[in-house]
Amino acid sequence: MTDTHIDRETLSVLREVMEEGYPELLDTFLTDSESRLGELQKTSDAKVLSEVAHSFKGSASNMGAVRLAALCQELESDAKDKSPAEIVKLVAEISGEFAEVRPVYESEKHPAHTH
Amino acid sequence: MLAQEPLTILIAEDSAADRLLLSTIVRRQGHEVLTAANGAEAVDLFRRQQPDLVLMDALMPVMDGFEAARQIKALAGEMLVPIIFLTSLTESEALARCLEAGGDDFLAKPYNQVILAAKIKAMDRLRRLQATVLQQRDLIAKHHDYLLNEQRVAKAVFDKVAHSGCLSAPNIRYLQSPYALFNGDLLLAAYTPAGDMHVLLGDFTGHGLPAAVGAMPLAEVFYGMTAKGYGLAETLREMNAKLKRILPVDMFCCATLLCLSFQRRSVEVWNGGMPDGYLHRIATGERVPLAARHLPLGVLSAQAFDDRTEVHPMAVGDRVFLLSDGVIDTSDASDQLFGVERLQQVFAANREPDRLFEDIEQALRDFRGEARDDVSMVEVSLLEPAQVKPSAPVYSDSGQSCPLDWSVSFEFRGATLKRFNPLPYLLQLLLEVHGLRAQSGALYSVLAELYSNALEHGVLGLDSSLKRDAAGFARYYQQRNDRLEALQDGFVRVHLQVQPQGEGGRLVIRVEDSGKGFDVARVMERPLDGVRLSGRGVSLIRQLGRNASWSDEGRSARVEFSWGVEA
Repeated sequence: MTDTHIDRETLSVLREVMEEGYPELLDTFLTDSESRLGELQKTSDAKVLSEVAHSFKGSASNMGAVRLAALCQELESDAKDKSPAEIVKLVAEISGEFAEVRPVYESEKHPAHTH
Repeated sequence: MLAQEPLTILIAEDSAADRLLLSTIVRRQGHEVLTAANGAEAVDLFRRQQPDLVLMDALMPVMDGFEAARQIKALAGEMLVPIIFLTSLTESEALARCLEAGGDDFLAKPYNQVILAAKIKAMDRLRRLQATVLQQRDLIAKHHDYLLNEQRVAKAVFDKVAHSGCLSAPNIRYLQSPYALFNGDLLLAAYTPAGDMHVLLGDFTGHGLPAAVGAMPLAEVFYGMTAKGYGLAETLREMNAKLKRILPVDMFCCATLLCLSFQRRSVEVWNGGMPDGYLHRIATGERVPLAARHLPLGVLSAQAFDDRTEVHPMAVGDRVFLLSDGVIDTSDASDQLFGVERLQQVFAANREPDRLFEDIEQALRDFRGEARDDVSMVEVSLLEPAQVKPSAPVYSDSGQSCPLDWSVSFEFRGATLKRFNPLPYLLQLLLEVHGLRAQSGALYSVLAELYSNALEHGVLGLDSSLKRDAAGFARYYQQRNDRLEALQDGFVRVHLQVQPQGEGGRLVIRVEDSGKGFDVARVMERPLDGVRLSGRGVSLIRQLGRNASWSDEGRSARVEFSWGVEA
């Protein structure tokens, strides 16, 4: 996994800040992200898409998922201008990126993980 | 980790991961955390728990952060509850909306804990500053209320004292701001037992309560001594001595004191440090200045104090106008003073004497644009004696010890005549006789007239015909002062005899002097209602007392007062 997807520095700060709460944070983020993905896939309303993408972007950026945050930012700002096909494509990209980073967060849950 | 008092911080954030992360960061910085997942929950939590600071996501379901911020700011009222918007909003328009809704700062995602800690600290400083300002504002308001209340009480007490006088008499007009007392201005008026009127316009140095404290003792001396029949000189001496004794050295009272005599148609004036007053002679339109000839009250020692007064004749309808320095010291925008010349221009332009105050006020407004609140003016006019109705004195004794059969004789000699006025003592003594109380005014007037005739025409040998005109009037009082100053010998004897008569009684007053006497027959020929300035004393005595007679070539005068069954 290269640093184009995840900012490892952010993760180490999070681990330090959260201490024993770190696994819970990771779980919360993954659960939260799944439900947001579900919302993105269910709707074609540009306003809802933009709002969900905004929230998703916020937590992705907090969790160091930089590429995921960038894709959400694109959806947030362009949802009203894109064609349904383009939106489907962008949501699929977001979904793919989440699938990409998910294992990293899963593995972060285990202690004594080293880089 | 921080030198900061823990705060209770409300976090409103719909994203569960962000909420968990932020609460962990904030809690680790030592604060209590409340969390809400949308704006409505945030407002509800705020209402119940009053947190000190709010971290608020902008976009949330149910109620967004903008609306929640507005409601929280409204609930907080005057207290500053800082709201920091959590946002990855990038458009400047959206950021502006956060501030419009009452946000105080932003925190961008991803969160940086160092910046977050610094912002919480900065907002806490603001919050405390606002709390201090509010607290001090309330404290100042409380002190202010307290002060106003003190002034109200002081004013109420003082009004009781000040208004025991006769400021409401028909011949007095005055204009004073309601709180003039706290500018040091003081206006008093009272009738003497003889029906004369004493008026004092005073101006204490300073402002506020310190300027008002001297007013009470001054008013007490004024009313007490006026009621007992003391003249201006004695009253002034007492006021000066009292103020000198009680006031700090940098405090004193400029004052003009008047004695307006309706019987003698004259005004006696003492002016210590006040602006010129004016005697307005209606017949000629002339305004005679009543200038300050003395230092204010409370400056000089009793030995150095000068109680010399000036006496001016007046005609019925003539007015005496007095004013405080608030009038002529009113300054315009460029610090120029209104001054005496402008005042005299107002006098010259005044067509209706009754509208003089209004004309002066208008001129002050035109000059300055706004009226000062320390402008005091009073105008006293001379009435026919019959129009004057002094209020009856109130006596508080039971009447059981009323003396009814006695006599007493006094002889007042040279050195005493110079500085001592025996009339108040004689009157007090006579008013122990209840039957005489109903006619105390006439009694005092007659006593005063007999005494001053004996002293001035008898002992001092002054010629009453001098008082025929205004110039002679002034010369007469000048001579009176000079001769009194030089007096060595001579006497005035007063004999009082009280006898019961049936159900009532009779008082016989005899006054003798060491002078040359006068042609009784010629004076007695004059009609009783003569209104010339001279010789009125005899006429007055004959009108007010019974069986007035003169013997020993005018050196001995005798008058009777009788009374019937006591009320």
